[in-house]
Amino acid sequence: MGLVGFGRNGLVSVASVLAMTITLFVIGTVYLGGNFLNSALTEVKNKMDISVSFKTDALEADILALKKDLTLLPEVKQVSYSSREDELLAFRDRYKDNATIIQSLGEVDNPFGARLNIQAVEPVYFDKITRFITGRNSPASGGASLVDQISYKKDVVSKLSNLIDTSKKLGWAVALVLALLSIFAVFNTISLAIYTSREEISVMRLVGASNSYVKGPFMVEGMIAGVVASFLSLALLYPAVLWVRSVTANIYGGINLVAFYFGNFGQIFVILFVSGIVLGLLASYWATRRYAKI
Amino acid sequence: MIYFDRVSKIYPNSIALQDISFTVKPGEFVSIVGHSGAGKTTLLKMILAEEAPTSGNVFFDSIDIHKVSQNQIPKFRRRIGSVFQDFRLLPNKTAYENIAFTMEAFGRSDEEIKSDVPHVLDLVGLDDKLGSFPFELSGGERQRIAIARSIINQPDLLIVDEPTGNLDPITSAEIIEIFKKINEIGTTIILTTHNKKIVDSLGHRVLTLERGQLIRDDKEGKYAL
Repeated sequence: MGLVGFGRNGLVSVASVLAMTITLFVIGTVYLGGNFLNSALTEVKNKMDISVSFKTDALEADILALKKDLTLLPEVKQVSYSSREDELLAFRDRYKDNATIIQSLGEVDNPFGARLNIQAVEPVYFDKITRFITGRNSPASGGASLVDQISYKKDVVSKLSNLIDTSKKLGWAVALVLALLSIFAVFNTISLAIYTSREEISVMRLVGASNSYVKGPFMVEGMIAGVVASFLSLALLYPAVLWVRSVTANIYGGINLVAFYFGNFGQIFVILFVSGIVLGLLASYWATRRYAKI
Repeated sequence: MIYFDRVSKIYPNSIALQDISFTVKPGEFVSIVGHSGAGKTTLLKMILAEEAPTSGNVFFDSIDIHKVSQNQIPKFRRRIGSVFQDFRLLPNKTAYENIAFTMEAFGRSDEEIKSDVPHVLDLVGLDDKLGSFPFELSGGERQRIAIARSIINQPDLLIVDEPTGNLDPITSAEIIEIFKKINEIGTTIILTTHNKKIVDSLGHRVLTLERGQLIRDDKEGKYAL
């Protein structure tokens, strides 16, 4: 009977399904977007490192000894060494199309010092690692001054984290507002269905039909709207992730939102399906309580 | 079966019932008479728990029906059949479907519905009108369908509110005969009317209401307003 009622209401049912589809699409987008941004953040964190450039006269043995000590620190994930020659080669490769720079390089000795790139377990350890290097580098510790410069971009990670958190909160706030609107849309649809069936409801109550018998078809109508909306929103998310991939391919490189969509398809489906049913049930329960005196 | 204990129903601008007390025993046929606005329909609504008394109690088989939870009300209504002046048939359903609908609400099976509905329509003389819609039927025929619907689930009590109000005298008499037969097989009937002929022809108990008060209770009464 709920299915019949859903079909009978025609355009009104379509309107409520549309409202719920938009809501569920936003929920799906926030979920996908949030997870995607978290992945991006992890990628960024992994690419964050402390770059230690050494003086040109620093001995390789001393640098490698420092590298070994750094590797032993629990805060350090990985240390990679780039010799003076490696740095020169990398520079030549970066500017290979600039004849002036390449020519001027040939006229002087290798101006580059060796480099250590240090990946921390978490960016929050950058300061500690830097202090360790500085401490080893100071003449007071008995070590020769090897280090030319230490650089890292700690602030980028925390700013990015804040941005992601704020975006997620905003996304969920929008989803909540849309959820309330879609509940209202379904509420109106069910209320109209109750009004249309008021004679039948009156006779049902008169003859002593149970509350669940009277209420049931309207609850089912609400659920059907939610289920249909969840399938529609899931289907709409696919072209959306394809579009995002094409637009952001150059920005995010290897991170593939489409792969994430298919990889977590089951989870996304469950979230949207359950959300759709909950929204539909809430709206129809409210309508039956208000208008069917049930 | 039914016991009204000092029941009053007071609206902001009027008094529908005032201090009504009476008992209806199982198997009785009781007519309630009075002018329009005397409180007859309000009294029936109290039995159906559609209205609650302002004061007093209404008992159905020793249970105060206005003190039970909302979930329990349908249980009482299933023991009561009802017939109204305006028939209250569903216009988009045939005679068969109007009665089957009631049985479905009771949770009866399709086999029971297929077997019982034609039988009860035959009882009221409409076995050839199974597929007719209410708009295709006369007033008397619609009322017969309403009666068939009211008795299909074998209720203990039949509430009948002005059943002949929209009918001609001959049809009215036929309808009343049906109620007599139903009462003869043991169903308690409470019937409201302001039709003197019907009341006098019945020869059963008559309760007389006037301006919300019960002014007369005659065992083998006549219409005396």
